[in-house]
Amino acid sequence: MLRFALSRLLSLGLSLLAASVVIFAAIEVIPGDPAAYMLGMNATPEAVAALRDELGLGGAALTRYLDWVSGMLRGDFGLSYTYRVPVADLVAQRLWVSVPLAGYALALSTLIALPVGLWAAARRGGPVDIGVMGATQLGIAVPNFWFAMLLVLVFAVKLRWFSAGGFPGWEAGVWPGFKALTLPAVALALPQAAILARVMRSALIETLGQDYIRSARAKGLSRGQAIRRHALRNALIPVLTILGLQFSFLLAGAIIIENVFFLPGLGRLIFQAITQRDLIVVESVVMLLVFAVILVTFLVDLAYAAVDPRLRRR
Amino acid sequence: MSGRVQLILGGALSAVFLLAAALSLVWVPHDVAALNIADRLRPPGGAYLLGTDQFGRDMLSMLMVGARSSIAVALVAVGIGMGVGVPLGLLAAANRSGWLDEVVMRMNDLIFAFPALVIAILITAVLGPSALNAILAIGIFNIPVFARVTRGAALSLWTLDYILAARVAGKGRARISVEHILPNIASLLIVQGSIQFSLGILAEAGLSYVGLGAQPPTPSWGRMLAEAQTMIYTHPLLAVLPGLAIVLMVLGLNLMGDGLRDALDPRLRRVAR
Amino acid sequence: MIAVQGLSVAIGGTPLLRGVSFGIDRGQILGLVGESGSGKSMTALAIMGLLPPGAHAAGRVVLDGTDLLGLSEPQMCDMRGRQIGMIFQEPMTALNPVQSIGDQVAETLVIHRAATRSEALRAARRRLDRVGLPEGRFPLGRFPHELSGGQRQRVCIAMAIALRPQLLIADEPTTALDVTTQARILDLLKGLVEEERMGLLLITHDLAVVAGMADRLAVMRAGEIVEQGPVADVLRERRHPYTRALVEASAHHPGADLRPTDRPLLQVAGAVRDYPQPRLRLFARPAPFRAVDEVSFEVRRGESVGLVGESGCGKSTLTRAILGLEPLQGGEIRLDGQAVSAGQRMQASLRRKMNVVFQDPYGSFNPRHRVARLIAEPFHLTGRPVDADARVAEALVSVGLTPEDRHKFIHEFSGGQRQRIAIARALITRPELIVLDEAVSALDVRVRAQILDLLADLRARLGLSYLFISHDLHVVRAITDRVLVMQAGRIVEQGPTEKVLRAPEHPYTKELLAAAPVLEVPP
Repeated sequence: MLRFALSRLLSLGLSLLAASVVIFAAIEVIPGDPAAYMLGMNATPEAVAALRDELGLGGAALTRYLDWVSGMLRGDFGLSYTYRVPVADLVAQRLWVSVPLAGYALALSTLIALPVGLWAAARRGGPVDIGVMGATQLGIAVPNFWFAMLLVLVFAVKLRWFSAGGFPGWEAGVWPGFKALTLPAVALALPQAAILARVMRSALIETLGQDYIRSARAKGLSRGQAIRRHALRNALIPVLTILGLQFSFLLAGAIIIENVFFLPGLGRLIFQAITQRDLIVVESVVMLLVFAVILVTFLVDLAYAAVDPRLRRR
Repeated sequence: MSGRVQLILGGALSAVFLLAAALSLVWVPHDVAALNIADRLRPPGGAYLLGTDQFGRDMLSMLMVGARSSIAVALVAVGIGMGVGVPLGLLAAANRSGWLDEVVMRMNDLIFAFPALVIAILITAVLGPSALNAILAIGIFNIPVFARVTRGAALSLWTLDYILAARVAGKGRARISVEHILPNIASLLIVQGSIQFSLGILAEAGLSYVGLGAQPPTPSWGRMLAEAQTMIYTHPLLAVLPGLAIVLMVLGLNLMGDGLRDALDPRLRRVAR
Repeated sequence: MIAVQGLSVAIGGTPLLRGVSFGIDRGQILGLVGESGSGKSMTALAIMGLLPPGAHAAGRVVLDGTDLLGLSEPQMCDMRGRQIGMIFQEPMTALNPVQSIGDQVAETLVIHRAATRSEALRAARRRLDRVGLPEGRFPLGRFPHELSGGQRQRVCIAMAIALRPQLLIADEPTTALDVTTQARILDLLKGLVEEERMGLLLITHDLAVVAGMADRLAVMRAGEIVEQGPVADVLRERRHPYTRALVEASAHHPGADLRPTDRPLLQVAGAVRDYPQPRLRLFARPAPFRAVDEVSFEVRRGESVGLVGESGCGKSTLTRAILGLEPLQGGEIRLDGQAVSAGQRMQASLRRKMNVVFQDPYGSFNPRHRVARLIAEPFHLTGRPVDADARVAEALVSVGLTPEDRHKFIHEFSGGQRQRIAIARALITRPELIVLDEAVSALDVRVRAQILDLLADLRARLGLSYLFISHDLHVVRAITDRVLVMQAGRIVEQGPTEKVLRAPEHPYTKELLAAAPVLEVPP
């Protein structure tokens, strides 16, 4: 198990390294002169030269890359050009919105999807199954940001249960913050839950056709017992794969949803940075997002090994 | 719902949007470029079947042209994904566990770490926003999807005896890949293509909603939604219609994909016979 | 103890079983024999109450005075595992891969509330000991993937007998196993039946297995039992024509007397094939696994040579090397004097001289091509001749099919017909050597006898040489002149087939022969 974890950790490190090279190349090498780009067309040559100096663009690409990476390892992401504050502080502030939102949505989607998928699989071909499959078919087709607008329309405008957007900050207390994230989390979670429920259902149905389920039934287990004691854990393996993939969809979704609800998260930060051509912020936030995806892949790999003893030896 | 019903229903829904998009190339009820403040925010009916937006543009015409850009982006993105991903997947499977396989799979993993939105952000940050960015971002995101599906299916075919028989008949790996592997995974690729197509429609809507896709004045469903957002309290229909268009189009494509899977999957077919 | 009376099963109006009746007493073994699709497994599932959805059973299955068909599902759950146990054909997939073997055996007791979890685990330990998995090497925490097929089947047996049921149903319990493992599993079952005074319903396609094991024999065909009685009586009298056909096919020996020449066709000298092992440590490269170890032999023109060994002995690897599909790390292979090398480098004119027939009649053909294109594929080596169509038709006729069959798709043929098409494909380039890789192993006995006849006939007519790879000694005896016995990558014994099988010298050959079930057909 330890060896397995170490080998996955090694591949995590390599992925991060490769990703950082790609991002650095895309932002700082391919466009030519980032300083000129950031200042726009009307910039004076003096201003460009000053910014080049400030950004340390004088050195060779390799030196700059190494500086950037070693800075990040120390928690130094550079200085935002537009805000004139360290990017690390900006990001840290925004993470307090984005990470709880993604976690909230992930929890909601899992808590809804797994029981629903189980329910449909256990009653395969019955009215429950047909109803669930129809609902999930619809759920997959709904864009989450549009769903978010509908939620605002119904629950904020018509029913006035929630506010239409904004975030009071955690200083105002856990409950108000939680409440402000509820509509965004639901908007994110339900379309994902539709996909996950379908995966859960088909994984369970596939597992229920396996020989060892027949062996279990021959021991005297009822259908329900066979599902609970044998099928569930085996069905979890494909579900984990999808859960890992969904995280990146959720992340992307969260960035968009934050715009619908005017939440001060990473999504708002990055879009502002793009309009203001603040490449330093864009670079750091993108690296952070990619890091999150790679980290989740690593965690999913570990979870595989926890579920499936066949993987632990490797 | 049986596969045949899904196929017909989904095919019909998709066909409506495809035809509307095609029709918009030669004819729309009203010019979408012309602003007509006098007719702004008209309710549905009369000269404007689905009403007008805050600039007086005809919603139906906007939706038709929007369908065109959604479909174009998603289709080209699927084309990029298939065109690059399928050959890579075939190549990886044909050289199983070789260095080529390793390189292809590692590159796949790397691209997988970049969600389509993040790729779009990167491209836009550097090149500025345009519809091309959306195509590129979604297309790049599709590459590893097709490469993986192709490799996985091809690997299980490579273990079959008829492939061995072809090798005994002196056929090389490339020839076997084209002659035996590709035709036998084609149905799988068609199904995956329809899934990626519908995901592409959703992704395009999301990207143009946040301003990383089609730029004004080209109408797109995502930007129609973004523009309608401030009017949602007073004129909810402006936000409901483009959303419904997305849902129906994606639903149609998904139903068609499921129907195709049932119709093309030889495993299911054998049971039916 | 158990009596099945007039059992009928139908799915959607199609009858699968018709009026099946038999009885089993305590300590008795009933062999239920038939070809694939005859309804053997359906009978077992009907007794267990585990029929597929949509199937309907009628008649009576009486266990100790209770009609099982009349029980509710919860009552039936109580019966399964407690009164009736069952083991299945495929031990590799019959165990839950993510649960330890101890838990899986103990579950039988826990589910029937016969013991607490810790007691159940202790009982599981005793059961595993009894089926030959002692604590030292097989602690309860072992997972299925750490065990071999035979060991997994033992776990399945322990699971099935954990509560000492009155009836054990074994559905092809040894079909997926090697002969030596089969012999040990059959011994174990026989011992358990005596010890526990259970009844055993042994379902198999192999008359020889039943002949050595069972007290009574029931022969099944198309959902009906055509004949039953004490094993010796049924085999001696063979009253029903179907029984007669089965027995004759099982002991079939194509009576061709052929004289091979002395000229060598295939020469294998010191062949070595190594596979790199996966790295367990980062910097230590492990020693490669030697699948084929210094193998040398010859096949002469017109000769049929058998290659016998159990799974994992290296015979498949050796086959692929001979066919030029895998490189060697040492030694060489010559066909008709020319060196065989792997991959594209091998000349088409050399490749043309040999071809192959595989085991699986279902996976051997691209399902999207018509028969004409399937058979013509080896023309890739020679260039398509002008009379290609005529030669495809000729090949079809020579394997007992009609020229019109070339327009059909492969799914329109049965397993035996597909194997004929595979042989036609192998013949199309007029090769000199045909490698038959378990070519008749997946076929029912009567079809197998026909294919063996066809092979013998083709060899006589066309002067072919065969390399016949098989795990089945009986088949090898029927069709080869000489036999090679392979174990752990090495050829441990070779010689004329009759001599080796009658008077084996190597201990491994002796073990194989002792383990192979024999069908002694009384005249």
